[in-house]
Amino acid sequence: MPTTSTLEAVSAARWRVAISLTIAMMVVYFGFILLVAFNKPLLGTLVTEGLSLGMLLGVVVILVAWLLTWFYIRWANTHYDASLAQLRAPEARENSR
Amino acid sequence: MTSSLGEPNAIAITFFLLFIGLSLGITAWAARRTKTAEHFYTAGRSVTAFQNGLALAGDFMSAASFLGIAGLVALSGFDGLIYSIGWLVGWPIVMFLIAEPLRNLGRYTFADVLAARLRQTPIRIAASIGSLAVIAFYLIAQMVGAGNLIRLLFGLPYEAAVAIVGGVMLAYVLFGGMIATTWVQIVKAVLLLGGATLMALLVLSRFDYSLIALFSKAAEQYGSGVLSPGRQVSDPIDAVSLGLALMLGTAGLPHILMRFYTVPDARTARSSVGYATAFIGFFYLLTFILGFGAMVLIGRDAITAIDAGGNMAAPLLAEGIGGTPFLGFISAVAFATILAVVAGLTLSGAATLSHDLWVSVVRGDKADQREQLLVARGATVLLAMVSIVLGIAFKGQNVAYMVGLAFAIAASANFPALVLSIFWSRLTTAGAQSSMLVGTAAALLLIYSSPTIQIDILHNTEAWFPLRNPGIVSIPLSFAVAIGVSLVWPVSSEVRRFTELERQLHLGIE
Repeated sequence: MPTTSTLEAVSAARWRVAISLTIAMMVVYFGFILLVAFNKPLLGTLVTEGLSLGMLLGVVVILVAWLLTWFYIRWANTHYDASLAQLRAPEARENSR
Repeated sequence: MTSSLGEPNAIAITFFLLFIGLSLGITAWAARRTKTAEHFYTAGRSVTAFQNGLALAGDFMSAASFLGIAGLVALSGFDGLIYSIGWLVGWPIVMFLIAEPLRNLGRYTFADVLAARLRQTPIRIAASIGSLAVIAFYLIAQMVGAGNLIRLLFGLPYEAAVAIVGGVMLAYVLFGGMIATTWVQIVKAVLLLGGATLMALLVLSRFDYSLIALFSKAAEQYGSGVLSPGRQVSDPIDAVSLGLALMLGTAGLPHILMRFYTVPDARTARSSVGYATAFIGFFYLLTFILGFGAMVLIGRDAITAIDAGGNMAAPLLAEGIGGTPFLGFISAVAFATILAVVAGLTLSGAATLSHDLWVSVVRGDKADQREQLLVARGATVLLAMVSIVLGIAFKGQNVAYMVGLAFAIAASANFPALVLSIFWSRLTTAGAQSSMLVGTAAALLLIYSSPTIQIDILHNTEAWFPLRNPGIVSIPLSFAVAIGVSLVWPVSSEVRRFTELERQLHLGIE
């Protein structure tokens, strides 16, 4: 049954993207937390007067959160939605019956 | 510097009455549109992505994150950033794992998603216990915060403040349901984001619009320690544990999850998380500027003289840079913030009591529209009463740990079962049910045994559990129980049901 395999493919792709982005977010966030916990002097290093490495990295974590979210929306709006539209198409429905 | 904080402030009261007037006007308008349970719980699913993005941000940006984080930054500098980041990174997780499947599989509450593939009665009872525990602790923290804040800001007695918050919130939810609650959140989010932006610009105007100049000045006054990690993260395991609960708890908060049912489809749900993540991240960057602004322009001594916890840093800063009128405006915004958050919490609690427990479990889905609305409204009145009573009962108690507890329960009880029910075909009713019960019990027990309760509050000499944050134990435990029970006692009919629902998970109800 072609449609079932398509649904499975869409599902698998959605899962792969979701889990990769989740892991990416966790690695970046917990990387930051572990640096804060284990290497305070490093994060206290001043990049320039008035700005420490820790503050810079903290802002980077926020930027990464935005970037990953934006990336997911872009992927979903183009690839995921296109696959869903195919699944919804009448001929695909006929095949699934 | 002398502050007029705590004296009845005509401008604050005017702004506050304007907000109450506007929001009750919205409620009256919403009340005429609230005719069915669908309207009451989901605003007729007609909220746009941008509106829901603002409303999600409104539900999430509580007084704790506005006044609390600005205060934490003002007193300890860099460390405040750790909390802001923890609260933000939950949102991408909501987006990747939860938002769209939740919208496609459920109707009113997140328990709908579990009930769609598992046996309804046991699942809804277990999910309700987790949800109500999260809502209760979150509500107590908000109500006690409201009482203290309003006493400080407006000079009103604590009990009167709690009763006013409870009464106004009851009016929103009871008459206007989700339509009124959503619009109150939107108005509050716009006011809060606008007010915080204006305040940050006023702060930066004193430093030639240079962030570096602001931070340098802070380092000059209080030492370069304010720019680097300090005492907040002393134990690495505790830090990771807190981070886990903040991150995954966001994806298990019932009042946040409920908002995804107010939009027409999964695509809109997706975009709305995008807007919410942008607004919330921007807001936390602002609070960081405000905290440093208060540290430099007001001074730590002046801040702790009014409130030892630093919660008054942002209002004092508003007064320092904009005078009494701006203090009045920011005080009214802080009050509006609390009102909106308690309204969102109460509505999701009412949905749990009436939709999950009464309509689904007790009545077996045989309640008509009139009965559903009546029970939902009855539950709202009950919850408002309970929150006023608890708010007054906990007067003078240290409830700061309760927000953390609410996140820990949300991450341990709700998140594992929800995410497994979306992604894992072999999850069984018994697995999900035991995971939710064990997650709730473990979070409660471990917090009770932690230094926070045993040493700080009960003044015992030692605590049985060494960590202040239980997430690193309770979240994996909850996952392990769900997976273990499901594998040991597999139910093949429930695996088949998952396959049947797979199409709906992606495409929604066709």
